[in-house]
Order: sequence, then structure tokens, then C-alpha cells
Amino acid sequence: MAGPGEGRGEGRMSEWEPRIVTILCNWCTYGAADLAGVNRLQYPTNFKVIRVPCSGRVSPKMILAAFRSGADGVWVSGCHPGDCHYISGNFYARRRFTMMRALFRHIGLDDDRLHFSWISAAEGPKFAATAREVIAAVRRAGPAREWGKTRAQVV
Amino acid sequence: MTDYTDRLRAAARRLLGEGRVDCFIGYRRGSLPLAAQPAILTRAEQADSLIWDPSCGMNLAHYAVGRADRIGIVATGCVSRSLVALALENQVARERLYIVGVPCTGMLDAGALRRRFPGREAAAAAYEGPRVTIAFADGNEELAVAENLARPCRTCAHPNPVVADEMLGEPVASPAVPAVPEEAAAAEARSAAERWAYFCEAFAHCIRCYACRNACPLCYCPTCFVDESRPQWVGKSSDPTDTRTFHFLRALHLAGRCTDCGACERACPLDIPVRHLTSRLNAEAKAIYGFEAGLDLEERPLLDRYRPEDLNDFFK
Repeated sequence: MAGPGEGRGEGRMSEWEPRIVTILCNWCTYGAADLAGVNRLQYPTNFKVIRVPCSGRVSPKMILAAFRSGADGVWVSGCHPGDCHYISGNFYARRRFTMMRALFRHIGLDDDRLHFSWISAAEGPKFAATAREVIAAVRRAGPAREWGKTRAQVV
Repeated sequence: MTDYTDRLRAAARRLLGEGRVDCFIGYRRGSLPLAAQPAILTRAEQADSLIWDPSCGMNLAHYAVGRADRIGIVATGCVSRSLVALALENQVARERLYIVGVPCTGMLDAGALRRRFPGREAAAAAYEGPRVTIAFADGNEELAVAENLARPCRTCAHPNPVVADEMLGEPVASPAVPAVPEEAAAAEARSAAERWAYFCEAFAHCIRCYACRNACPLCYCPTCFVDESRPQWVGKSSDPTDTRTFHFLRALHLAGRCTDCGACERACPLDIPVRHLTSRLNAEAKAIYGFEAGLDLEERPLLDRYRPEDLNDFFK
């Protein structure tokens, strides 16, 4: 099994493009992505967007499932604390993400692979800037091999 | 420590005899001299089968879950904390529990003793005060209990029951606990690549028997995520990735709930340091939120509440 450090080394894999799973809350960051598009803001397209009702809906299982399915990075984004459509969903999510991130760091996941942000529906430019930032970080980390299966997937 | 046995039997006899409880959950001598068996008594005359010694390490809170009757239960610090955590999650009803508290000086690490005397099977054990004499087929070994404690017991911060309806003895002092647990400090010093290598190595021998999950008093979901099939979060294979996924998610499910009783490690047939993940989460919960699970019947679990000013520094 390759260690997390082995993916590092920009330039070695000129063909490789990061694949990032992005989980966006319907009310804020998904709107921000829309706004960025409507405004014709340019940003790289290395991510697949999954729309969820609230960042509070995001379970650690989903993030692990993304890594297990070959994602090089995961980015979760929701409404700013205090602005949740469901009043408190992102407050609960924040504690959950804090514990999850601590455990990911504890087992040695590269910090560059897991990202969180709060982006409101009015912050199209912030969305585009954060997307560039996330993609640059995952590019730095290189292809993820930690959670890939070494044997055939049997479902 | 052994004189608690008499008081415990008297308490169980009284509670069952007077009809205060419908059952009494304690320990009895099983087939393994270094690990007591759980016992669920329903009649006062069974009280004399109860024991109390440093082999009573398993977490009895597990047996209180899902019972509809009035329960008497003997509880140390960690068992009482598990009961509090379960009461907060509506898995046990505090008003149907009668907790007989015992101040705990720590339980034996049966796994470590097994490794220490390889190939020799303990036939019997005699517990006298701070010492235990283990009888093997080829002779006896006398050991100090305090030097052979299970790992969570060595750094136990809450040896006395946090909640009890009656206490069998005076509270004991906690062992000297380092500010940062030894294992956590060692983990902190490693690089990310080293931490990953350690994680892979530590769990490499896991056979996914799920004994750690089954032994945990806080694991009570009717359908565990490992058994879910649509979507299937964890494969059924023995692939290392599946094993790591299981341990990662199991630990995360215990975030802010684990009372570090060590039931998982005690149950592991392969001596995997299962607490490597949960004890880290406990340390984080304490450092970030000043929270320890199972101390207060009024305090909601860590992930079931929030403060607007909670840690926010890693969000872009």
C-alpha cells in the first residue's frame, strides 16, 4: 500500500488531473456555484458536485465513500455559521467535521486532501477562489492511493 | 478489594429480596480465571455467585441496554459513565436503574498476561489485596495487580462512579494522569506518513470479527453501518481498506460518547490497539470542547449540541 507521501511530486505525473468530490449545501454554496457560473467566473473543473439539503446532512461515511471510490480530495461547503436555512444544521456539522478531521489527521491523511468552507449564495467570487485553492492543494498532494482497494471490488 | 464481594452480595440479596429491582447485573467466576463473566441474577439466593476482584473488567453497562425491567447493576467509574451516556441517548432509563457503585483501583490486562506467559494457560487465580497468584499447570506466579493493569485503567481519570444510588466503599484517588497521554504524545510526534504507516500496521491483523463493536456498550444500532448494503459503506472482504474503513467509522461513531472503558481492546482476540483511534478522539474532545463523555446526566452529548463560538479555524 502506497503511503500518503508517495503521491507527492509535481511534474512527475503530467497526465494526472485531481478528482475532487465536492459536497455543497443547497441553500448557500450551491447557489454560490450557480452565481459564479452566471457571472462567467473562471475556475478549473476538477470537481464533481453533489448537492445536499444542508451541510448537516453530510456524514463521515460519505466522505470516506468518496475517498474509497477514488477521489483525490473532498471539499464540503455550506452556509456561514448562523445563516443555516435550517437554523442550526451547520453548527452540528461543524462539530462533526472537527472530530472527523482530527481523526483523519491522526491516521495520517494529508491535510491537503480534505477541505471545508462556508460560502454564502452571494459569494460567487469566493466560490471560484476557493475552488482554485482546493484544486491547487489536492494537486500538491498528488493522486490518492490510501483508500483504494488492493483487491477486486465485490458488491 | 476482595472485601467488596461480601458487601456486593449483601446489596444484591437485599435489592432482589426486597423487590427493589427485578434483576441484578454483576460478575461471576467464569471459565477464565483472569476474566470474570457477566451474571444477571433474578433471585436473592443467587447473590452468593457474585464476585468482585481485578478480573471484573468487562463493561456491564452493555447488559442494561434494551431491558424493560428494573435493573440493579454494579458500576465502577467507567461503567457508570457508560450508563450516563446510555441514559442521555435514551437507551437506559435512569429511574429504572439502581446503581451500586464501587470505587475502582483498576482491572487486570488479561491479554497482556496471556502474552507474558505464552503457551501457559491459567487454571485458577487467587486475588488477595493488591496481589494476584495465578496457578498454571507448571507452577504459580505471583504478581502485583497494579503493575498489570489494563491500559485504560493505568491512566483512568474517573475511577469512582460518577453516579450511584449506593456506594460500597470510600472513593479512591485517580492514578497520576499525564496531561497528554503517552500514546497520544507519541502519535503527535509522528509525521503524516508515519501516522498512516502506524495506522495500517496496527490494524493489519484485524480479522473483522467485530468483537470490539459487540463488546462496546455504546454500540447499539439495530443495523450497524457495516451491515448496510444500499449503499454499502464497507465491503465484506478482508481487504485492508475495508478493515480500515470499519475502524475509522467505528471510532468516529464513538466521538464524544466513548468513556474509554477499554471493552473494545479487552474483547479483541488479536490484541489490536483498538483504542488508538477512540482515545485520540477523547483527547480532542477534551482539548477542543472541554468535554468528557458520561460525566453529567444533564449535559447533552458532544455532537448533539453546539455553541456559535465553536472552533472554526479550518473552514475557508
